Order: sequence, then C-alpha cells, then structure tokens
Amino acid sequence: MRLPFSPEQASSLAPEVDNLYLYLVALTFFFTSLIFILIVIFSVKYRRRHEDEEPAPNHLSVWLEISWSVIPFIIAMTIFFWGTVLFFKQFSPPANADEIFVVGKQWMWKIQHPEGRREINELHLPVGRAVRLKMTSEDVIHSFYIPAFRAKMDVVPGRYTEQWFLPTKAGRYHLFCAEYCGTNHSRMTGWVTVMEPEDYEKWLENKQASDLPVETSGAQLFKKHRCDTCHTPSPTALGPRLAYGTHVTLADGRKVLADEKFLRESIVLPAAKITAGYSPIMPTYQGQISEEEIMQIIQYIKTMDPNAAETPPSVPAAVIKLGNDTVDSAQTQQPGMDAGPGIVEAASDGTSLSQQ
Amino acid sequence: MSDAAPKNYLNVSSTVASWLLTLDHKRIAILYLISVTIFFFIGGAFAVAIRLELLTPPGDFFLSETYNRMFTMHGIVMVFFFLIPSIPAVLGNFLLPIMIGAKDLAFPRINLGSWYVYVIGGAFTVTAIVMGGVDTGWTFYTPYSSTYSNSAVTLTALGVFITGFSSIMTGLNFVVTVHKMRAPGMTWFRMPLFVWAMYATSLIMLLGTPVIAITILLVFAERALGFGIFDPALGGDPVLFQHLFWFYSHPAVYIMILPSMGVISEIIAAFSRKKIFGYKFIAASSMAIAILGFLVWGHHMFVTSQSMYAGMVFSFISFLVAIPSAIKVFNWTATLYKGSISFQTPMLYAFGFIGLFTIGGLTGLFLSAMAIDVHVHDTYFVVAHFHYIMVGGAIMGYLGGLHYWWPKMTGKLYPEGLSKLSAGIVFIGFNLTFFPQFLAGYMGMPRRYHMYSPEFQVLNVMSSCGASILALGYLLPLAYFLWSLKFGRDAGPNPWGARGLEWEISSPPSPHNFDETPTGIEDPYNYGVHKYGVPKEHK
Repeated sequence: MRLPFSPEQASSLAPEVDNLYLYLVALTFFFTSLIFILIVIFSVKYRRRHEDEEPAPNHLSVWLEISWSVIPFIIAMTIFFWGTVLFFKQFSPPANADEIFVVGKQWMWKIQHPEGRREINELHLPVGRAVRLKMTSEDVIHSFYIPAFRAKMDVVPGRYTEQWFLPTKAGRYHLFCAEYCGTNHSRMTGWVTVMEPEDYEKWLENKQASDLPVETSGAQLFKKHRCDTCHTPSPTALGPRLAYGTHVTLADGRKVLADEKFLRESIVLPAAKITAGYSPIMPTYQGQISEEEIMQIIQYIKTMDPNAAETPPSVPAAVIKLGNDTVDSAQTQQPGMDAGPGIVEAASDGTSLSQQ
Repeated sequence: MSDAAPKNYLNVSSTVASWLLTLDHKRIAILYLISVTIFFFIGGAFAVAIRLELLTPPGDFFLSETYNRMFTMHGIVMVFFFLIPSIPAVLGNFLLPIMIGAKDLAFPRINLGSWYVYVIGGAFTVTAIVMGGVDTGWTFYTPYSSTYSNSAVTLTALGVFITGFSSIMTGLNFVVTVHKMRAPGMTWFRMPLFVWAMYATSLIMLLGTPVIAITILLVFAERALGFGIFDPALGGDPVLFQHLFWFYSHPAVYIMILPSMGVISEIIAAFSRKKIFGYKFIAASSMAIAILGFLVWGHHMFVTSQSMYAGMVFSFISFLVAIPSAIKVFNWTATLYKGSISFQTPMLYAFGFIGLFTIGGLTGLFLSAMAIDVHVHDTYFVVAHFHYIMVGGAIMGYLGGLHYWWPKMTGKLYPEGLSKLSAGIVFIGFNLTFFPQFLAGYMGMPRRYHMYSPEFQVLNVMSSCGASILALGYLLPLAYFLWSLKFGRDAGPNPWGARGLEWEISSPPSPHNFDETPTGIEDPYNYGVHKYGVPKEHK
C-alpha cells in the first residue's frame, strides 16, 4: 500500500519498506492518541475546582509499571525484527545482479555500465533486472539516494561500498546526493531512468567509441601504466602475483584478503601493506590514476586466473595453497614450504566485500 | 525596599564586579541565562534566514556557500551554545543546591570558571561567524571538514572544544554536590526528580565530553598539521570520525532532553498536586537512558558502510533506550489521574512537551528500524524528528521550567494571560514548522539542500509560515519576562502552592539560600500525604 506523501514505489523492496512504515505510522498514531485522550480526559475530570484542593496520593501499582514497560518492549521488538530482516534483504544482492560502477565527486555522479557506456548524473536501468552498484568517491563522503527505490548508501572515499535494487516500474526518478558534501551539495542531483529491457539494450548500444567494456579498459590501463612489468606470473617477478579473492601474507606476518579495497589501497598507497618476500619498490599512483580507472584495473585483475602457472613447481616463489573447489588443489600444493613470497590462499568466502 | 528588609541574592550588592566575580550559584545561573539567551537568538536568526530561503525551490536570497554556512552556524550555536548548557547551567545551577538543601554547589569557583570558559568558547565561535562562518554542518564530517572546506573550521572547532570544558566543569560540580552536599535527611530517594535528571545528565557530560574534545583535536591535527587520521588520501579513515563524533553526540542528545524530562516531572507534580507516579521508575529511567545512550551511536551510521551485524546491535539497543522514555511518558500521564489539575502556563508547556516528545520519541523508532532508516536517513524526516526532541522536547521543557521558577528567581510574576497565549503560539508554530518536514522527508527531500525539487514546495512553505509563528512565540516571553522585572507583581515565596525546598524559602532567595540547614526533610512530592497518609505499593 502506498501512503500519501510517499514517493513512487519503483523497486522490488519499496512496497516492503512502505508496509513497515505504515505499521510504524499506525503505532505512532495509536500511542499519540492514547496519551492525548488520557490527558484530555484527566484534565477535564480532575481539573482544580477550588484553590486549596489537595487530592489523596495515588497508590503505586508495580503491575502497571511492569505492564507499560513490557508491552512497549514487545512492540519495539516486533519493529526491530521486521526492520532488521528487511534491512538484510536490502543489502544482500542476488548473485546474478549486474554490476554498475559509480564514482562520486564534488559535485557530480559518474556512472559506467559494464558494457562500457558512461553517463553523468543519469542512471539508465532495465525493468526487472537486479543491479548492484559498486561505488566510491574521489573526494569527500557522498550518498547515493534514490527515494523511489527506498535505497541509499554512502559513497566513501578510500573504500568501495555497494547497494543493489531491482527496478520494477519504468519511469524517471530522482537521484539525490544525501550526505552533505560542500557548496553545491544540493546540485549533486540527477535522474534514474528505468526502461523496458529492449529499450535499455538499444540505449546501451548507443555509446561512444571510447566506451569500452570495463575489463578491456582495465587491461589497457594495466599495460599503459606498466603494471605488467613487475606483476607477472614469472617466479622472478619484482611484484607479487595478482590474485583476486585470495589471502595474502604480508611482510609483518598478517594475512589479508585480496579484495577490492586491498587492491585499491595497493595502487594508491602501495607502502601500506607489503606482501611478504617483496621489497617496497612500487611507486604510488595516487593522483595519477582516477577512481574510475582504478575500478577498471581491478575489474581486469578479477578476470586474471590466479593459477596461470608459469611457475615451475620446484621454485618456492609462489606457493599457492588452495581451499577453493573450483581448482584442483592437489596439483600445486607444496606442504612444508611456507613463508615464500607471494603466498596466496584462496578465500573461502566471497561475501566479505559487502558492508565492510 | 527598606533597609530593614533582608537582602536577597539580587540586591545584596549591585556593582558590575559583584556580578562578574560572584561565587553565588544563583548569580552564575543568571549570567548563564543572559548568555544562553543571546546565543538562542543568534541561532534563531539563522533559522529564520534558512526558512526564508526555503520558501521557493531555487536559491533566492543567498548563495549556496552562504546558505551552507547558515545552517551550520544554526546547528553549532543551538547545540553547543544553547541546548547543552540551557537547563543544566541556568535552572540546574540555580535550583540544584536549593533542592537538596545546600547553600551552594561544591565548587563555587569552578562554577564561575565554567561560565568564563563558556564565554571564551562562545567568543571564538562568534569570531568565526564574523570571519565568514563554517560550512561543514554541525557534524563536522571528515574528510570535508579536515581537508576540503575553505571556511573557518579551525576557529569554530576550537570554540566548541573550549566550551566542552565548561560542560565538564558543570557536570563535575553537580555530581560532587549531589553526592556530598545533601542536607541531613535528604536521602537519594527524597531528591526531586529534577535533581536525578541533573545527576544523570552530569554523568554524560563528564564521560562524553572528553571524547568530542579529543575528536576535535584530531580534526585540528589533520587540518592544521597534516596528520593522516581521517582523510583516506593521507591513509586515514573518514568513517572513524563518525564513530568518535557520535560516541559523544548521541549521548549529547540526552544531555539536552534529560534535564527537560526532570523539569516536566516537577511541573506535572506541582500542577496536579500529586505525588509523581512511579517516582523510582522515573529516576531509574533517567539513569538507564544515561547509560544506554552511550551504546547507540552506530544508529547514525546504518548506511555508512558499517557492518550489517554492528548495525543490528545498534538498532537493538536503540529500541531498548526507547523503553525508559515510554515509562516516563506513561508515569507523567498517570500522575494526572485523580489529581487537582490547574492550567497555568508551566503546565501548558508540560502538556506541550508530552505531546511533542511522544511524537519525537515514536518517530525515533522509525529511524532505529534499519530498513526505514535506509530511506529516510539524511532527509528532512531526520530533521523533523530531532527538532521534535530538541525543540519540542528540550526547549518546551526549558521554557516550562523558566515559567515555573521565574517567580522564584526574580520574585516577580509575569502576565498570566499573555504567557498562556504565547505557550499556545509556540505549540501551534512548532507543529506547523516541523510536522510537514516528516512528510517532505519520507517523500525523499534530502536535508542540507539549498535548492530543492518543486514538488516539495508546499510543505516547505507551510514550514516557513510555522517558523514565523514560532519566532513570535519565542519573542513574547522575552518581552514579558523583561517587563515583569520592573512591573510584575510580587510573587511571594510559593505562588503555585507547590512542594519542594525551593518553595519554602523567600523569592528571590537570600544569598545563602537557607538561614539554617533545613531539617525534617520529606518526600519532595508529599501532596495529600499529611491529610491522607503515605500511599501503599500495590502489587
């Protein structure tokens, strides 16, 4: 049910959020009226009739106190469970969601579709297909807010955040920056256009020649910035092998997951985490590569096969421990050889990216 | 006044030095009253300008830069220089020692010092306003505040930092006073609920304020000295700031609302001539709010990339903290039952408080429910919610308290009809200003927007009309309070027929409150007790 003074319900979860909202509005109305009516009744009935009136004290009723503590608590818990279950839905994207890349900067939204088409302050989406936004900021914190989808997520510099939704209704909806970001915050707005799938396909095709698929751009950048000089699968490589989603042992003994945040940090602040066995020789690319380009490079790195073994098994340079069922672990496992450079271990969970 | 009449704290001496160097808690309360009133009207002027600009969707009167500075200064002035000190430093300072039968606070010099610290902090902030102001929002979110903003962040932050020490000094003074200065026979459960509320508030001030001080120093270190703490470009974490900021600033909401709840407990008892219903439950709920309030900061950060599981815990505790507030509202309402209710001005404010706080509290549940918060976070829904708590709650309580104790503080009565009228104007103006903002928020209007989409205009026009009514409602008390100082009738020691130690001494009180330490202390709300006996507890 859609209440007056609420935006269009244009995503799969919007009606569910509105139902919870309706429940809360009803509770608010009930309790406010209850208190109001009691005050009015008492005020009329027990108004002071002469100046020196002094009524008898009320007896304290412990049961009354307990009941008006326990009943609100139970009601609060119903809201808590409903709100929490729905929230987990709001932030658990389906596995088949299409990925779209969003970069916020003062004061615009830069968006790229995986097939390559770019847009600014506009987001085109097909009806009926779940999409997942991978977002970051070039400067301050922004927040990507689409009221018609009841969806919002902060866009934070230095990390990737995500949100997803499934548009259900074609139309044009507001896109707002919701986190105050400086002078023209109120102009950091745009439109989300939800289209029928066939219109969307046509729209995607209508792109500039330079709008290459994201991984393709990433591969070009990888070469252009000479990443491939050091990051090769060769055992004598100067840089560690790039293996997305694996665990990396650092020089100080810690193990970290090679996720997008780690890869991004390794590009802009390479000295922050040094892989065990390698020297901190990588220069920083901060200021030389834009956030979009970093996203493209990471997408390219994700396509790399972590086991593209040019590594002779006898060399301990790249011992790979596998816990991943997609690869035969017996082949490359080398028991007893640890602390070699570039030790990687396949991640057992792919979920750790969201909501960090 | 004849020479034979005993001197009171106001006329005991009249030199400027006798005020500026006074160690009397009552005179320090008056110094605070004057200074917080000045800041209230500075903050209010910014609000008027904001509402004027938002009459139409495009920018009409101000540049975005100016608009952003105005809402920032409105927030900073109102939160740090009005709401936080208002009830504790004015009413608390004046009443706390009297209510527990003491001649002064434990540390009179620290008390005076706190006012000077407050004034110095205020001077920094006023200087920052004159030098162009700040545009970070009162929340100072990094890395905008620490790296990107070109406004007077450092100066303002220093102002807030310095003023924090005045809170700490007041809190310390109150805690020690309550522990050590109670008159013989003034047991913990004979303390008025206002004292309990002050005690709970003081604990938050003592424990929370150092955290905001450290946080501000860290912003300063990054901005002025280039230490990488919050800016990711320097290897920092911008979200860390939000954790630190809200660790103080959420409890700070309770610094603003708990004292008001204390005031309301006093007013409801006095104007229904009833022992407050569930005294121990109200006292305990103040303490529960003070403690739980420190554990809910993450509910400001559900969509800040905080872990979902952390969000779940913060959401749960936020629902818990609603319960003690509900208990208070039910107990206040039950106190009216079989009472002798009179509708003098303070009681009208108390009724207004209960209504607005109920709505403010219940809309807090919307924001604690994570799924709804995702949609309404950083919209006008949040703006409406916290104004229902801070203006509808805290300021209604403050005005109610001022009207209740004004005759005690000055010895004068203000005009009853006019003050009732202005209470009505405040209530109507408030609802007209802030209720439409709930609707605009759910429709999706983000907060801190200088320009907005045309579909929000009707609601914004209503809000701006309400604000002008509200402004009138705030100017009237200023006028008739000042009028009453010269022309008001003498109040006598107890114009309301209320109980409590403060009503047993003269109005205005003598410099040392009590000529002799009060004895035979009874329950602070023993209405009807002498006539009908002590009420029993029903199981």
